Amino acid sequence: MSFNVIGKPVQRGDAAAKVTGRALYTRDMKMPGMLYAKILRAEIAHGYVKSYDISEAEKLPGVVKIVLPKDVKANPWPSAGHPYSLNPAHQDIADRQILNEKIRLFGDEIGAVVAKDELTAEKAVKLIKVAYEALPFVLDAEEAMKEGAPILHGDETNILRHTDIKHGKEELSTAFSKCDYILEQEFDVTPVQHAHLENHIAYAYVDPEDRLTIVTSTQIAHIVRRVVAHALNLPFGKVRVIQPYIGGGFGNKQDVVIEPMAAMLSLACNGRPVMVDLTREEVFYGSRTRHGIRFKFKTGVSKDGRLLAKSMVSIGNNGAYASHGHSIVAKGGTNFSRTYPAELATEWNGYTVYTNTATAGAMRGYGIPQVNFAVECHMDDLADDIGMDPIEFKQKNVMKLGFVDPVSGIEIKSCGLPECIEKGKAYIDWDNKRKEYLNQKGDKRKGVGFALFSYATAVWPFSMELAGARLTMNQDGSLQLTVGAAEIGQGSDTVFAQMAAEVMGVPFSMVNVVRGTDTDIHPYDPGAYASRQTYVAGQAVRQAAESVRDQVCARAAKKYDIDVKDVEIRDAKIYRVSAGRLLCTLEQLAMESFYEKDESSTIASEKSANVKSNALAFGVCVTEVEVDVKTGKVNILKICNIHDSGTIINPILASGQVEGGMSMSCGLALSEGLKYDPKTGQMLTDNLLDYKLPTVLDTPHFDVDFVEPYDVTGPFGNKALGEPPAVPPAAAIRNAIKHATGVRVFATPMNPQSLFEAFREAGLN
Amino acid sequence: MFDIAKYYEAKTLEDALSYLKANPDVRVIAGGTDVLLRIREGKISNAHLMGISFIFALKTITEDEQGNLHIGPMMTFTAIEENEIILKHIPILAEAVGAIGGPQIRNVATIGGNVCNGATSADSASSLFCLNARLKIQTADSSRLVPISEFYVGPGKVILQPGELVTDIIIEKKDYDGYTGTYKKFAQRSAMDIATIGCAVILKHDGKTISDIRIGLGVAAPTPIRCTDAENIGRGMTISPENIDAMAKATITNMRARDSWRGSKTFREHLVYELTKRAVKKLVGLPEEE
Repeated sequence: MSFNVIGKPVQRGDAAAKVTGRALYTRDMKMPGMLYAKILRAEIAHGYVKSYDISEAEKLPGVVKIVLPKDVKANPWPSAGHPYSLNPAHQDIADRQILNEKIRLFGDEIGAVVAKDELTAEKAVKLIKVAYEALPFVLDAEEAMKEGAPILHGDETNILRHTDIKHGKEELSTAFSKCDYILEQEFDVTPVQHAHLENHIAYAYVDPEDRLTIVTSTQIAHIVRRVVAHALNLPFGKVRVIQPYIGGGFGNKQDVVIEPMAAMLSLACNGRPVMVDLTREEVFYGSRTRHGIRFKFKTGVSKDGRLLAKSMVSIGNNGAYASHGHSIVAKGGTNFSRTYPAELATEWNGYTVYTNTATAGAMRGYGIPQVNFAVECHMDDLADDIGMDPIEFKQKNVMKLGFVDPVSGIEIKSCGLPECIEKGKAYIDWDNKRKEYLNQKGDKRKGVGFALFSYATAVWPFSMELAGARLTMNQDGSLQLTVGAAEIGQGSDTVFAQMAAEVMGVPFSMVNVVRGTDTDIHPYDPGAYASRQTYVAGQAVRQAAESVRDQVCARAAKKYDIDVKDVEIRDAKIYRVSAGRLLCTLEQLAMESFYEKDESSTIASEKSANVKSNALAFGVCVTEVEVDVKTGKVNILKICNIHDSGTIINPILASGQVEGGMSMSCGLALSEGLKYDPKTGQMLTDNLLDYKLPTVLDTPHFDVDFVEPYDVTGPFGNKALGEPPAVPPAAAIRNAIKHATGVRVFATPMNPQSLFEAFREAGLN
Repeated sequence: MFDIAKYYEAKTLEDALSYLKANPDVRVIAGGTDVLLRIREGKISNAHLMGISFIFALKTITEDEQGNLHIGPMMTFTAIEENEIILKHIPILAEAVGAIGGPQIRNVATIGGNVCNGATSADSASSLFCLNARLKIQTADSSRLVPISEFYVGPGKVILQPGELVTDIIIEKKDYDGYTGTYKKFAQRSAMDIATIGCAVILKHDGKTISDIRIGLGVAAPTPIRCTDAENIGRGMTISPENIDAMAKATITNMRARDSWRGSKTFREHLVYELTKRAVKKLVGLPEEE
């Protein structure tokens, strides 16, 4: 495939606006008469509020409104940023109240104060006296599954859902009896957080024509509108949601976190604008986290390294509320089933479990970083145990081109994995380093590690995929592109403009993107999640651009009385192909479409693409680390992700995505992890000092490479790129630590304290 | 928004001391990197603050006629890192303050604030302990000199009384002349982090024997401490990896580390042993690692 604009490293359209500070974010947009809210949060992890005493708080000058659960009239709502399901059995669990009478986590929302400024609201919150009735609480998911554990919702069980998937030619026990070697292992991935720059923030007001408007930092404006309308019993058309520039989301804003609160508080204050701006601490415990998941494997192989039977139990800690429910643990299960198909039998049991911890939801990779860490470590250890090179073992057993996933039915139509592996081995000098670093002695030891992954681009067939785009031609032939998909920093607006320019035969600079998402203006799209936008919304952009192009060609054909097939647009000029002759400029034709007396009709198209396909992206990470066995410090000397994401639409943006994802995975591997006080259930790591997000000085240089097989299901041969980079580095780092030290680690984060303990147990320090 | 009820900007040292005397409730704010955090956390409400950032007399570093060094407490970490007197005589202090926070913090945070905040983790403190720093403490009516080892009384607590201000940090020539030193900060991150252990070592040696050694530690006890037991072993010790190892092991007797969710006692004790060993080896020219 040859392209003119696609594949070119054009600068992202919003770059200058952002770096010069001219781009306005939610906090920048003050309104006259704006009020500010602070949330009263529970100081126990589980129980009930017995009573409130608001007498002191009410007296504080500047307090406008104090709202308690009894004052709120709203329907329970689901917070997940999923498309709605018309089948009630598949709908997200509607377990949220704007304010809670039952407390399920330390920090749960139990009241709110609206005041003339934030300081007053904060002081008033402190003046409210709350008496609690405390219940026992549970923090660990496996503990929460046991009989007698405190129950968070209802009175039966903390298991939100359990899935049991079996496939293969034989019964699992029979299959294991045919194996030459069986390995059983357990891994724990500790929950981490997105730590996006811009905290959750929203304000709501009732506009002069009585429509509720919410300005919010979200990835899912259209879903926010649906959820708020349901929660507050408002007609959809009376709710407007605006997403301005946004300072990152990574899935934490693929959830309806604070918008119903802002809307409810505005309605409680006669429609005055009310802003809810969470602190970093509130975001840590009161928004969403990545799921902590425990994995238990039993895997059997033949002497020559063929994978015969495998079983996995995964137990996901969902925290206090359902949010995305079972989808994340389930996505990990389907990934486990397919990536290394077992010849005889596969079994997977997945549990999603409520505990009295911060609610887990969507985070870049949606369950795959966890399962990939566990599986890639487990497979590495299996290879070691049977005396096989880990890459050789993985390559032998990983799924290949043409494979049809037994669970989803997705067929692999492009697979650059073998090439990724070869490039990775060459980059790290695998064969030599594997030998060179055997039997080291000193304080500092080096090792190399590898991990591969597969990743489903979109959510089809488990959920629906719909995206909208509108393309309107201006008088000068330039175009306004309005997409429902959310630009959250990943660069989607820029690649959509490239796609439109490519199809239209105009330079990139002629496509103007209507920024942000405004549900009054932008066509329906559920939002920025999965790795779907270039794949799904890209189809809508392509279809809209094709329609506009065809309208232009038809107009030209009529004007010059030639066959429409003989018309082509190149560099914003219209040519007659057969004669190789310039007919007119696009501008001339556009002007006529607006102003020609008899034949004027503006040129525009809006398309809604219902995409019923999915594609698997692939890739590897290879790394070389140096481990200080005395202090537990790990230094990443070299690290490279090599991706098969099909066609790369914009190489600069693609590299940026990969570097950012790798950095998240390095944090998960080496330093990040949420901790709770076992005595109170309070989160201990609710700030950026105690939560060890890597700084730029902790970040190695990230090497990035791509292989680009064309995938026929993508609009331009492209597949997932947004999430995959955050998948494989953690396991590659763990396997490199093992190569360096001989010590197998079974949990994240592999920080100095935990490595010190592991090395001490192994007698290394 | 910060809950600040009243703010006074002192113009001169005399002005500051008399305002302190007249307003026992006032809290001094230097760079603000600790005080503002406490206000944000709600630990201080309706704050009454006195700023001292415009008092030039507190913002100098000088070497007097006896060769003693005077460090103004309002010197920012960046200014200390770049100061020629510091780099010439006590580069260990530049190394230590360079390990604090990030550039933005170091541009405003001051050494006086770091010390007066009373944290055992203060990166400047362990080096000042090694250098036998003395603090000049003034009121509107009096002045006293206190060794830094007596300045700290507990976690977050120092001996300052209402009305008192630290106005000078003094390091005598005999305490730095002829010594080499290094500061080893162990933290999870390479920037923007609090020390798991801070280990400062200064020593004199001739290539064969260590004639004097001082070891200062942060986060090894509720306050910064000196490892006198290990120092006694090290003083006069013949340089060899085995001797250094034995001396480093002795640091444990002065430590009062505890288990916390941020790090175990065993790990902190092990780190002190390891960091002391590496620091001494570095200073005597042996390979740091085995």
